[in-house]
Amino acid sequence: MKKMKEFINSNIRQYGMIFALVVIMILFGIITGGKLIWPRNVSMLVRQNAYVLILAIGMMLCILTGGNIDLSVGSIVALVSAMSGMLTTTMGMSSWLAIIISLVTGLVAGIWQGFWIAFVKVPPFITTLSGMLVFRGINNLILNGKTLPLGDLYVTIGTGSVPDILPNTIPDFLRIGDLLNLQNKPEYINATMLFVGFILSVVYVLVVLLTRQSKKARGYEVASIQSVITKVIVFFIVINIFSYWLAMDEGLPIMLILLVALYAIYTFIATKTIPGRHLYAMGGNLKAAELSGVNTKKMMFLVYSNMGLLAGVAGIVTAGRLMAASPNVGANFELDAIGACFIGGASATGGVGTIWGAVVGAFIMGVMNNGMSIIGLNVFWQSIAKGMVVLLAVAFDMYSKSKSRLG
Amino acid sequence: MSEYILEMINITKEFPGVTALSNVTFKVKKGEIHALVGENGAGKSTLMNVLSGIYPFGSYSGDIIYKGQECRFKTIRDSEAVGIAIIHQELALSPYLTIAENIFLGNERAKNGVIDWDETNKEAAELLKTVGLNEKCSTQVRNIGVGKQQLVEIAKALGKKCELLILDEPTAALNDDDSEHLLNLLKRLNKEQGLTCIMISHKLHEVLSIANSITVLRDGKTIETLDNSVPVSENRIIKGMVGRELTDRFPKHTPNIGEVGFEIKDWTVYDPLNEERIVINNVNMKFRKGEIVGLAGLMGAGRTELAMSVFGRAYGTKISGKLIKDGKEIVLNNVEQAIENGIAYVTEDRKQAGLVHIQDIKSNITLANLKQITNGFVVNEDEEIIIGKDYRERFNIKSTSVFQKVGNLSGGNQQKVVLSKWIFAAPDVLILDEPTRGIDVGAKYEIYKIILQLADAGKCVIVISSELVEILGITDRLYIMNEGRVVGEMKTSEATQEEIMSIIIRSSAGR
Repeated sequence: MKKMKEFINSNIRQYGMIFALVVIMILFGIITGGKLIWPRNVSMLVRQNAYVLILAIGMMLCILTGGNIDLSVGSIVALVSAMSGMLTTTMGMSSWLAIIISLVTGLVAGIWQGFWIAFVKVPPFITTLSGMLVFRGINNLILNGKTLPLGDLYVTIGTGSVPDILPNTIPDFLRIGDLLNLQNKPEYINATMLFVGFILSVVYVLVVLLTRQSKKARGYEVASIQSVITKVIVFFIVINIFSYWLAMDEGLPIMLILLVALYAIYTFIATKTIPGRHLYAMGGNLKAAELSGVNTKKMMFLVYSNMGLLAGVAGIVTAGRLMAASPNVGANFELDAIGACFIGGASATGGVGTIWGAVVGAFIMGVMNNGMSIIGLNVFWQSIAKGMVVLLAVAFDMYSKSKSRLG
Repeated sequence: MSEYILEMINITKEFPGVTALSNVTFKVKKGEIHALVGENGAGKSTLMNVLSGIYPFGSYSGDIIYKGQECRFKTIRDSEAVGIAIIHQELALSPYLTIAENIFLGNERAKNGVIDWDETNKEAAELLKTVGLNEKCSTQVRNIGVGKQQLVEIAKALGKKCELLILDEPTAALNDDDSEHLLNLLKRLNKEQGLTCIMISHKLHEVLSIANSITVLRDGKTIETLDNSVPVSENRIIKGMVGRELTDRFPKHTPNIGEVGFEIKDWTVYDPLNEERIVINNVNMKFRKGEIVGLAGLMGAGRTELAMSVFGRAYGTKISGKLIKDGKEIVLNNVEQAIENGIAYVTEDRKQAGLVHIQDIKSNITLANLKQITNGFVVNEDEEIIIGKDYRERFNIKSTSVFQKVGNLSGGNQQKVVLSKWIFAAPDVLILDEPTRGIDVGAKYEIYKIILQLADAGKCVIVISSELVEILGITDRLYIMNEGRVVGEMKTSEATQEEIMSIIIRSSAGR
């Protein structure tokens, strides 16, 4: 029991976040009369808020370096979407090529800022404030106040799903939706989604168990079998329910594949590689990291270049979902991303925070955005609510830290 | 009224999982200088924080009786109101404010909320005179040295009409001259104004020279209070602090010295902030394998600057000269290259530049040599845990596990983590800058043992220390530096403190 308590205490931030996410989902689920968790809405929620998640991943890395933020990401999103519109519509380029050039544009914007931050030592806040104005200005120059349509591939990425290629032979006992009459119509179930979700969950279970096995065999310390099995079962169920949910709508959103891939890549980089470790070390103590051989200039350069690249990805995704490039797209995106990171447990002084935290934070932001829109809450109130949640999340963080400190 | 100005009776203070103070009784007579000594973690600072109201009434048990009255301080303001002032180890001055502004910070000379600058400056000037600080009131605090800042802190305390002054390690960051000046000032204030002082210090010779009484704490308990009017010996105090007689302060060791492993040739470095100023002037040094070489000198002699400039140009500009390792010249343009070439530098500033406090023991140990536990691209965290455990056991790092954050460790154990980090980096040349600063006697002995082990493993070990006793106790050979130059070299067995000091002084006079 005591161990349990210790465990909860030491992980309160991590589990507190998920708890908060569940509470907010239930809350909005009730307020919206269940609309929030309709399969249709869940897949829309994923698409609508993909940008927060993508930007939050990059922003988390910036914050880790020492509480630095990037204010320019919303403008880079705008710049990239304007580029996309110009290339595909005005110049008639193929979407593939346009996407590649757009990504490079985002990366170049990031490199530009990374250069000033890392090598000229202009504070990130100032550099990216400048970038915010400059990149927005370029967007306006390109679009000249007009809205441009985009190539097909953009729209597919932004709104498309993986086509259902498997024969639709779902056994009746899986048609829970019909029994509950969730959608007021005979249910369609996307067999491909269901299948992919199931395979993924099985792969996940096998990977976790086999890693544990091999670690044990090599004499490393492993978590107790009970806790591992509990975790595996919970994730197995969650993955399958989620895929079932999406299967009741159009199936697997292409966007979701992108998000999962980004999450996996960046979690790997942050936790398992030398650059990742160097990032946490320099956020914890810049001087100590430098004297331990961490090339902090290079790290700053890479982190901000990467932020530009991810903002480029977010730009393509956002433009694709809106099916057009417009002059004021991306406004305030930077604030959503920064907010998501701090809700997700990032420390304002750097060195603390996880990609997982950024993702959960982004989902909390997303559910709030979406839920408040469904109930038709005035945007001004939406803004107030989001602001308060960010404040309370960090206040809770400070409170739990002061509780746990020895003195 | 009793002869005691302060009585702290049966003070017990608990933190989650730790009893920091258990039934401590501590009595200070009016008009005396009372030293509080003990190992790191013995509870000295906690006791003073209880006294000054940083830990408010109710968070501890026991009674505080000041001038015969029971006190229940809820904040520092409460304790200041009755005349108790505390000066912390880390000075609490605002660097961009002037001396006068700092002296009256939180205690402004004001009428109806408007600051009276004439009065402020006049009183500040008087206070500066009292503490013997010859600086203008309008000087910004960042422009004066640590020694003078310490005097500003004392002036600030006097400005609050304090009668009981608590100083936490006041001389820890000061050189010998400044320390002496400070101690003399305390004696004078004590005699002329009847100021009662409580002084926490690790420097026992200072304690013996200044204190009337000495209270020893160990593991959160009062061990004894010694009366220093009958002179007490250093060993007597150490016995109380560590609970045993410490016969040898330095481990015995027979060196096994090999060939020259590292050489610094014609090394010259300029100040990065002022490119005209030469900081290291044509230094030549040789270091043999298995040999411990000391760098002796006063503060500002350029020892740290030399070490850092060698360590991948972490300090300095317009650096010229050669570094020769195992007979071959090496060029080190950054810290990364220095580490790759087997050079390690353990910084003097453990807190600011040595450790990542919010990370755990194992991550700190592997930081400088992550490549070692990486297969291509992926860091092997399991291997890291095993390495962490290994060092934790080998060096007896007192902690709950390798997952404990280093910020929560005591100074001595933090230093062991720093040493572990650099030993794990597997260097051939190890430069240790003030390796035992701020560490208690027992832990110092363990650090010395680690240093000797490193030398026995055939590494070139270079020790920079401000404590001559330490240099004489642990090194095989020493260089004496002054004003950026090497002014002497001798075998440690043939050196004495007096001789080293006289060489330094003669070299200064000769210029």
